[in-house]
Amino acid sequence: MDLYEHQAKELFARHGVPIPGGAVATTPAEAGAIATELAMPVVVKAQVKVGGRGKAGGIKVAPGPATAEEEARAILGMDIKGHIAHSVLVEPATVLVEEYYAAFLVDRANGAFLAMASAQGGMDIEEVAATSPEALVRLPIDPLTGVDQRTARLIAERAQLPEEIHAEIADVLVRLWRVMVEEDAVLVEVNPLARTADGRVIALDGKVTLDENASFRHPAGDADPGHGDDLESRAKAKGLNYVKLDGEVGVIGNGAGLVMSTLDVVAQAGARPANFLDIGGGASAQIMADGLGIILSDPDVKSVLVNVFGGITACDAVADGIVAALDSLGERGHGHPIVVRLDGNNAEAGRLILSRAAHPSVRQVPTMDGAAEEAARLTRSAA
Amino acid sequence: MAIFLTKDSRVLVQGMTGAEGTRHTTRMVAAGTTVVAGVTPGKGGSTHQGIPVFSGVGEAMEATGADVSVVFVPPRFAKGAVLEAVDAGIGLCVVITEGVPVHDTLTFLARARASGRTRIIGPNCPGLITPGFSNAGIIPADITTPGRIGLVSKSGTLTYQLMYELRDFGFSTAVGIGGDPVIGTTHIDALQAFQEDPGTDAIVMIGEIGGDAEERAAAYIEQHVSKPVVAYVAGFTAPEGKTMGHAGAIVSGSAGTAQAKKEALEKVGVRVGKTPSETARLMRSLLESS
Repeated sequence: MDLYEHQAKELFARHGVPIPGGAVATTPAEAGAIATELAMPVVVKAQVKVGGRGKAGGIKVAPGPATAEEEARAILGMDIKGHIAHSVLVEPATVLVEEYYAAFLVDRANGAFLAMASAQGGMDIEEVAATSPEALVRLPIDPLTGVDQRTARLIAERAQLPEEIHAEIADVLVRLWRVMVEEDAVLVEVNPLARTADGRVIALDGKVTLDENASFRHPAGDADPGHGDDLESRAKAKGLNYVKLDGEVGVIGNGAGLVMSTLDVVAQAGARPANFLDIGGGASAQIMADGLGIILSDPDVKSVLVNVFGGITACDAVADGIVAALDSLGERGHGHPIVVRLDGNNAEAGRLILSRAAHPSVRQVPTMDGAAEEAARLTRSAA
Repeated sequence: MAIFLTKDSRVLVQGMTGAEGTRHTTRMVAAGTTVVAGVTPGKGGSTHQGIPVFSGVGEAMEATGADVSVVFVPPRFAKGAVLEAVDAGIGLCVVITEGVPVHDTLTFLARARASGRTRIIGPNCPGLITPGFSNAGIIPADITTPGRIGLVSKSGTLTYQLMYELRDFGFSTAVGIGGDPVIGTTHIDALQAFQEDPGTDAIVMIGEIGGDAEERAAAYIEQHVSKPVVAYVAGFTAPEGKTMGHAGAIVSGSAGTAQAKKEALEKVGVRVGKTPSETARLMRSLLESS
């Protein structure tokens, strides 16, 4: 789960990482009030979970409260690469002399942590990595020992950060590592990590991604309530593994790999999938009904493809689940054609159950490729 | 022959007395697995489904000669359970549990590497099966037969799909390595073992979006694998930045796309099926022509 900058900085503050301070506003008037309270020039920053805010006009300097309010009015509601700015962070403007880069992340390939640092901060780090790779140092971090002062100093040395501030840098790095471990983050990135005119080292920006699997250790962390009653929020509330896409074939399957594969096969058949929905190995009637309910309320959907491989749960049980789900949906289950492919354990018995139920919306196709073609064809005839 | 799990494997189940542990222990035994012990802290000395239960992995290994552990404990207890198995010196630890925090996974993988004794498969995986002989995990045993194809996959259901479509040829071992971003046994580990296994003639490799494990596997195949490999990659239609069910299945920027993985594999001569069924057909024609 990606955090907003202001949430990342709250975590930084909790672990003693220096930040500029300031507060979040959701209206221009609030932004002005924060600037009044700070009584100094401020920066007004769009809170969106995407890079390139500055270039898009989402970061503005304001000399006083009136301009802060004006800039906030321009930024709030702004669409930055498809992300709407619902709030702004109003911070004291910092006079900085140098910008560095520092990050800790999970290194998937090597099954370890990785520290990254550079003296060339403040710009797109992927560009630094591409144009001058030697300027970005990478140091593996042993999960069993972590980052202590010594390791932190080593990172600062390797990145060729100015020697006279190694102690300050090392202190910040150790605290950032504490954010990484104690908050169960998979990414903690500071760009820029700034050296100010008065000799401090502070995190001017912050990007933190938390591990959702660890939320049981952080019960207070319901960080992003979401905006509006969209399909993804409703699916999440029902505990469904659902991702909205922009096509017209609703897809349900069991197992993440099989569902991803089903989306691909739908695309190959010339249609576009409307969603990803994995109902898991169990494929119970209740979860099938919840899943069909969400998909059938998606206005973009023109046909539905249910693709189940009976492994642990045999196909006859899955078929019973589909029949029960359609019963519970009543009229709502009649809106669109539903193509069902059952294969694997007890496939024959499962298909027989669906044939006997003879629901008017349901048609069966025995193969995955054939079922996808049929679902794609049905979207065209519905158009 | 087989890889990682053989007819001689002696399996203990951590979390055997829980609901999932109970259900799948029954299935493992039915599939021919030699399940010698269960481990549940505090329940040592009892029996469950006729199998002795111990309070710790160490005493269970000592008493029964167990050399494989299958872990069914809930996510918050997974780290402790795996560390216990590693510290007891188990040879293979199969972590079925889904939802293990990645910091916990990194900790037990580091400890396993340091010990030099334990191979970890998973977490968030269906386990592995050597059909007809042993089944450590939740892969359905009755959808396929023993044979000479080796299979390695990030995805459970796609594993089942391919095992089923190629059931007339059968499998030496099918390994579900799991869909988490960080896992103990990689595609490369399984490819290496299949290459060395005299009981395996050809290999099916199933990948999906996220990370670069498939690209690395392609480089490994070019250098080290002489047996024929057929592959499938899922997630061509996945949008950037969205996690597709598996915690590790995410395209980040331009990295981790299905297209890049497919191209890397094809570049080293691996045939990549457009659909799971076409992948099965590629393997079928390859085996029929040899």
